[in-house]
Amino acid sequence: MTGHDMTGSLLVQFLAQGVQMTLVLLISPLAVGVVRRVKAVLMRRQGAPLLQAYRDLVKLVRKEAIVAESASWLFRTAPYLIFALTWVAAALVPSFASGLMFNWAADVVALVALLGAARALLALAGMDVGTSFGGIGSSREMMIATLAEPAMMLIVLTLAIAAGTTRLAGVADFFIAQPFAVRVSMALSLIALLIVALAENARIPVDNPITHLELTMVHEAMVLEYSGRHLALIESASHLKLVLYFSLLVCLFAPFGMAPAAAGLAGWLVGLLAWIAKIMLCAALLGVWEVSIAKMRVFRLPDFLGIAFVFGFIAILLAFLSRGVLA
Amino acid sequence: MPELSALGVALGALTAAALLAALLRGRVLALVYPVCAAAAGLIAIVDLTVLLGGGDLKAALPIGLPAIGLHLRLDALSAFFGIVVNGGIVAASVYGMGLDADHDLTPRVEPLFPLFAAAMNLVLVADDAYAFLLSWELMSLASWALVLARHTDPESQRAAHLYLVMAAIGTAALLFAFGGLAGPAGGYAFDTIRAHHPAPLVAALILTAALVGCGSKGGLVPLHAWLPLAHPAAPSHVSALMSGVMTKVAIYGFVRIALDLLGPPSWWWALPPIVLGAVSAVLGLLYAVLDRDLKRVLAYSTIENVGVIFVALGLALAFRANGKNEAAAVAMAAGLLHVLNHSWFKSLLFLGAGAILHATGRRDLEGLGGLIHRMPRTAFFCLVGALAISALPPLNGFVSEWLLFQAVIAAPELPQPALQFASPAVGAMLALAAALAAACFVRVYGIAFLGRPRSLEAANAHDVPLIQQAALGGLALLCVLGGLLGSVLTWAIAPVLRALVDGALPAGDGPTPLSLVAFDPARSIYDAPILALFITISSLATAFIVHRVSERRTRRAPAWDCGFPDPSPATQYTAASFAQPLRRVYGALAFSARDTVEMPPPGDLRPARLSVVLVDHLWRIFYTAPGRMVLAVSLRLNVLQFLTIRRYLVLMFGALVILLSIAAVTT
Repeated sequence: MTGHDMTGSLLVQFLAQGVQMTLVLLISPLAVGVVRRVKAVLMRRQGAPLLQAYRDLVKLVRKEAIVAESASWLFRTAPYLIFALTWVAAALVPSFASGLMFNWAADVVALVALLGAARALLALAGMDVGTSFGGIGSSREMMIATLAEPAMMLIVLTLAIAAGTTRLAGVADFFIAQPFAVRVSMALSLIALLIVALAENARIPVDNPITHLELTMVHEAMVLEYSGRHLALIESASHLKLVLYFSLLVCLFAPFGMAPAAAGLAGWLVGLLAWIAKIMLCAALLGVWEVSIAKMRVFRLPDFLGIAFVFGFIAILLAFLSRGVLA
Repeated sequence: MPELSALGVALGALTAAALLAALLRGRVLALVYPVCAAAAGLIAIVDLTVLLGGGDLKAALPIGLPAIGLHLRLDALSAFFGIVVNGGIVAASVYGMGLDADHDLTPRVEPLFPLFAAAMNLVLVADDAYAFLLSWELMSLASWALVLARHTDPESQRAAHLYLVMAAIGTAALLFAFGGLAGPAGGYAFDTIRAHHPAPLVAALILTAALVGCGSKGGLVPLHAWLPLAHPAAPSHVSALMSGVMTKVAIYGFVRIALDLLGPPSWWWALPPIVLGAVSAVLGLLYAVLDRDLKRVLAYSTIENVGVIFVALGLALAFRANGKNEAAAVAMAAGLLHVLNHSWFKSLLFLGAGAILHATGRRDLEGLGGLIHRMPRTAFFCLVGALAISALPPLNGFVSEWLLFQAVIAAPELPQPALQFASPAVGAMLALAAALAAACFVRVYGIAFLGRPRSLEAANAHDVPLIQQAALGGLALLCVLGGLLGSVLTWAIAPVLRALVDGALPAGDGPTPLSLVAFDPARSIYDAPILALFITISSLATAFIVHRVSERRTRRAPAWDCGFPDPSPATQYTAASFAQPLRRVYGALAFSARDTVEMPPPGDLRPARLSVVLVDHLWRIFYTAPGRMVLAVSLRLNVLQFLTIRRYLVLMFGALVILLSIAAVTT
């Protein structure tokens, strides 16, 4: 589990990690496609084909990039860094197997912070050109982050206390090994994490990913000035983030099927199939959720995200008080 | 011992520089800074050898209290804080070397700078209460005089006045604390104090006094009010020292008293620093995020960071009191590393603010913008500082934040219910503070450096001299290295951890030699070099592949802005508009913020007005009210100034009788 055991098969571990990173990257536009497809079907629209997200990325990469005259180097380098930070963060979440290389390089606190770094860079990039929309998006994004990030931190601390480790793989192993039981603190954490996941991925009701209505957009306002390959990277990073949160949810709350550290190739294959199925199920559920609820006004969000914070707080309080029972 | 003589030479050089500068005028004053840089660098080397080599340095001078003398000692704790302090002094001095010799040098700053530096160093090496308080007062007064550098400015006067009052209260509290520590026998040497453990009630009083004394210097809420006034009032390189370094001397004072001199801790000692620290962390940032003055924002953020450090110290006390030395070591390492990290990024950002002030003449965020184009290097270094202070990986701020969260997670092991309830609340507040810090510094950086210039001065700005850029660059490099080499730093402070909490972090147990491990490799690992390596590899690989497969043409065009680009920079988001959502969410609760829109009736040609009212409740409760009380009492007592001699004699007689009867009753 720790590095000592794995140094022997470092190359295999490295390759497995590479496979996982590639898989997450390749599957992420499909997950977005599923969300859109489910929404279209439920709304009785024709809708875009399942693979449209891939085509969009290819199209964007092929187009020339237009950079505003007032943009600085930050605007042009930020997409690469945002993409890389999100990608590495996605690599930290156990997907089909729990013993991958990155699972020991950084823990869940670092995961939250990596996503925070990507967000800060995106918000800075949004302000770089000096337009009112960029500012509106960055300002609201950071406001939402001040509500969502503490809630997220409380959730991960709760899980870490329950599992006795902050390594995500360790947490996943703990939940695989534990017999299934409904625990209040876990249930509260799940609700809180769902709310945070909606906020972090700019989904309805926090933000609407398909709108370009000026007064309501948050994420889209920040990336308004991006085009071509830069936009492709940012879009891809947000796809990755969606799959990251799906993986996080299933790894913490539905870890069955995930291959443990020592599983062989067959175990990994089963884990892989289970993981892809679970991700697609999450995507479909998100689609159903998004057609059944309306977007909130920006200043209703503190109430919505406040629920996540309060639930997270109650959960960690319970985890503190009941640690003797759990551990 | 060569180290001791080196220390003596360096302190002597600082004092000599101060004295000479007081006598001289003109361009020679510029020589102060190379001397300070060299002397502080020398002391830092001495500190480093003491920290890594072990042996304490001791000296006793014949001056000082009769029969006691003046004891000086450099142990691991002093050496660690010495590295923090002198690193900051070196950076500020190097920045000072770039000051314009014809315009910026004044006899109000340059003689006091080395004095301030020497005083801070003396506090760290003091080994008896007298030496400690003497150098503490010297430090306060030197910095007070530096705050008054622009003595004709009413704002500086107000800041200096408030600072003087707070410093006096703080020193009085410390005097009381050391009085309690020395006990009735009056043993003022630290060695004597260590041998004697006060009774619980006395310990509580001493701890309170130490919190007031050190908290007022460090900026712990509610004793913080002078920081945002005084730190910005001084010249920027002095602000960097006051905010980045002097607050650390205050923390040193608290650590020395609470974890060293006061004896084995009780668990309830932990509560005041944890609670006050957490409140400071959140409130400091709420102030910061709503302010529009660049240097004031930085001073407010110091309050936050000092709060975070106090939380770490409180947790260390709690673990130590319960015999959980390993967890105490994690908390203490978090606190100490945050001391080091904060000194680096706060000095960097204050020097960056100084560069902006120099280049544009403005501190007001609303007049800045677009400086990344005209001050590219400063902008890059400040970006590193802004990301580091927001506790984002892989920079240094995150290392201490990570350790602190590990300590919070270990808190369920504490048996006391009060601490069990306080710890998750503190964890929540720390997480909120971290998120607010990111918002605050995205705002500051985005408004000051990004976007389009909001004033003519910002449009015509130019980068600062190379040597000042070097000071910024050095600190930025430290922020990066500190982020990557957290494990090396925790290894280096191991002697301090052993001395204070008798615990250590597991070293060299991680998967790679540079992994930072808390408790156990199976429990928590943060491997910054691997993470940074993967971020670098994946961003470079992405850049390479994207450039290979993509259309590589890039066209410069006017901003898109949803089809309606406005050529005026006034249409950009301002510092106030960026803060508006945060003000609505948090301001109503913390500051009773109210927005009122005054709409003239139809036909009236007056412009509509939006006004925002913020109430600083802390100022109202902790400053205005006591101030009024003091005033009222002194007005009442004013009659005592105009009595006849006869009445004075009666008063004195009465006082004597009362005191004698008290003495008779108590003995």
